[in-house]
Amino acid sequence: MNEQMKRSLAQGHIDRRSFMAAALAAGVTLSAASLMVGEAMAAEPKKGGKLRVGYTQGATSDSMDPATFNNDFMFALGYAVFSSLVELGPDGTAQPDLAEHFEASPDAKTWTFRIRDGVKFSDGKTVSARDVVASISYHMGENSKSGIKPLLVQIAEMKADGDNTVVFTLNEGNADFPYIFNDYHLGIRPAQADGSIDPATTIGSGGYTVESFEPGVRAVLKRRNDYWKPGRAHFDTVELMAIADPAARMNALITDEVDLIDRPDLKTIHMLKRNKDIKIHTQNGTLHYVLPMQTDVAPFSDNNVRMALKYAINREEIVSKVLKGYGVVGNDQPIAPSMPFYNAALKPRAYDPDKAKSYLKKSGLTSLDVDLHTADAAFNGAVDTSVLFSESAKAAGINIKVVREPDDGYWSNVWLKKPFCTSYWGGRPTADLMFSSAYAAGADWNESHFNNPRFNELLVQARSELDQAKRGEMYGEMQRLVSDEGGTIVPAFGQYVSAMNKRVQMPDAVTQLWDLDGVRFIERWWLA
Amino acid sequence: MSRLQKLILGRIGLGIVTLAVVSMLIFVGVDLLPGDLAQQILGQSATPETLAAYRLELGLDQPAYLRYFDWLGGVFHGDFGHSLANGRDVAELIGPRLAKTMFLAGYAAVIAVPVALTLGVLVALFRGTLFDRIANVLALSAVSLPEFFVGYLLILLLAVKVAAFPSLARLDDAATWGEALYRTFLPALTLILVVLAHMMRMTRAAIINVLASPYIEMARLKGMPPIKIILRHALPNALAPIINVVALNLAYLVVGVVVVEVVFAYPGLGQLLVDAVVKRDFPVVQAVGLFFAATYIVLNLIADVLSILANPRLRSGR
Repeated sequence: MNEQMKRSLAQGHIDRRSFMAAALAAGVTLSAASLMVGEAMAAEPKKGGKLRVGYTQGATSDSMDPATFNNDFMFALGYAVFSSLVELGPDGTAQPDLAEHFEASPDAKTWTFRIRDGVKFSDGKTVSARDVVASISYHMGENSKSGIKPLLVQIAEMKADGDNTVVFTLNEGNADFPYIFNDYHLGIRPAQADGSIDPATTIGSGGYTVESFEPGVRAVLKRRNDYWKPGRAHFDTVELMAIADPAARMNALITDEVDLIDRPDLKTIHMLKRNKDIKIHTQNGTLHYVLPMQTDVAPFSDNNVRMALKYAINREEIVSKVLKGYGVVGNDQPIAPSMPFYNAALKPRAYDPDKAKSYLKKSGLTSLDVDLHTADAAFNGAVDTSVLFSESAKAAGINIKVVREPDDGYWSNVWLKKPFCTSYWGGRPTADLMFSSAYAAGADWNESHFNNPRFNELLVQARSELDQAKRGEMYGEMQRLVSDEGGTIVPAFGQYVSAMNKRVQMPDAVTQLWDLDGVRFIERWWLA
Repeated sequence: MSRLQKLILGRIGLGIVTLAVVSMLIFVGVDLLPGDLAQQILGQSATPETLAAYRLELGLDQPAYLRYFDWLGGVFHGDFGHSLANGRDVAELIGPRLAKTMFLAGYAAVIAVPVALTLGVLVALFRGTLFDRIANVLALSAVSLPEFFVGYLLILLLAVKVAAFPSLARLDDAATWGEALYRTFLPALTLILVVLAHMMRMTRAAIINVLASPYIEMARLKGMPPIKIILRHALPNALAPIINVVALNLAYLVVGVVVVEVVFAYPGLGQLLVDAVVKRDFPVVQAVGLFFAATYIVLNLIADVLSILANPRLRSGR
């Protein structure tokens, strides 16, 4: 009864009195019924208000240059001001955004994107295929320093076909090609006369314009009244503030200086919960933590050693002690339960020191000594995770020496360099993107140097396979291969946790890729 | 040219040489740090090609000494360069944050220095009494607690438990001077509590030291009231060490407040410097580093000049 009635109330088909009468007749108490009315009313977006956000990340080195976007502050700003061709919906599929339609040739090698008519940039000019080509080519080519360049290498040719059509010809078939355009780097900017974009421009076709921007301090965004997308962009103004210190961020929320904060300190979040004006939102997603072992370096080159280590780690303990319960146990492969083609049959390995010992025996060892390089720069709690692992592995005869590296320069000197370290992945929208970024042979970020011939074969096959069932089988097998033979220990998937004033509302279903509704909360959420 | 004028000119000359040496040390220091701007900004998403392209764009592929002299040449023309990270003009980037740092430092100094000196005189006057002991204990406690702890404590007491002041010191939103002072009261109070003890206790110690002299005993025998003895006879002779301590603390108020800036999310020079160092943004690090060095040099110079002026023997140069 509840959801149906609530929706009717929210849409105005029945009035409050009738709802209450029905609820009471169904045996709901008076106070619960009133609460339900409140909830139902809140489910419909309301325009107006000012949202103030306390963001953890945001540095004075930030700029509007999309090639250098590297923190949540800029991702959120980018999504609010610039449109993507495609956006990721709550169900994890690619939905039309600026591109109202996209389709592939049967071999998935040629893709045609149709750009919506009549969409205007904030300076009044109409968005055309030329702008799209200019915006994307900025991230391609020899001279590009963009973080998304590796994913655009597959584009052999890109051209505008008239004002509203862009045709992409790929090097090989890719059924998931549209998903790439959800990325925050690829917001569409106006093309200049010479076909390039101005990386510093603030003119976009998104729902908001930049009223002021002080990198590392704050940005103020104002809603555009001529935003073409229906049912989006509800806040009148949005103020993003960079508050790096966790205590300062939480205090700002408690004293009502901000309405929403990300990454509240998990150690003290139970105290934040006590505040009656604040609600905590947790979201399962694609974020996961990894301990990659380089599979071409001894002793990790022996799969028995890798399996021993996978059984020597206590995953439940890590979720409860390091993530404070805000996580889900992982099964040594990177595809999250929320993603399409997740293989639910692959169960996580329980902590089993005896099995670990037997695997060691199989590889001819009675004990094992390894160094684990870690720093909290890898992920918050990486050092704690490593220490817990070291302790739990002792029972299996494995001695893990935790080497604490400096935070500074971790990504240049430790990750991808040391044979056994810690890292994290924010996640990718599709299995293909995730596997291609970190597990494909020869990929720049293949941290475990994974090179399994069957996996590589399946990866290419599945990419161009348009039959969903067949793809599901292929990705299922690939997940098993990574879990059983790969060099990456994935102990847990992290949940996204955010805290906000009860006034802040979001749709019933939010996107599970990245924090805060795929970082698109500025145009999707509203104030009650 | 008088002795004092010669001294000042000499010190300015020396100061410029110091700044040059400091700029070289900063350059070497930033260069020695692992990684460079391209790696720090691209982070996990870096690939060898994108790193190379980024370095080429910023001129980071040039040898170190060329980059340093390029920068130095710019400085002689008054151009402090552009931030490597986002291309903003360094002078433009630093200007507003410098103003904010000076505002907060000034706010704290204007209250802290007179209060510290007055308290110092009072505890010297009432030395050994309960008042003296309590004042000392409180002041020492304030200075022993780390500044972020004092900051958190003030936020808890004055912003969360009692909603008297804002927990975020957002100067940009202040329309009037009064509002600016209100919004930045908590960080200013934190700074005041942190620097008060040092100045107060040095005042007390210097005065008590002078009070042991024979001419003070003479004044006492003459029947002068104690407060007059301290203000007219003891304090002027105790000024030199007090001025030095005040100068040191004023320099700290400009240079050492990054922790307070972080706790109150106050966009001053400290946070800018930390961000710039983390990203290896050399022109910004240089500009801020040199400003901090110059602050110390100027304040030390003023302190020395004032000490000389306060001492008639040094003034007349005999």
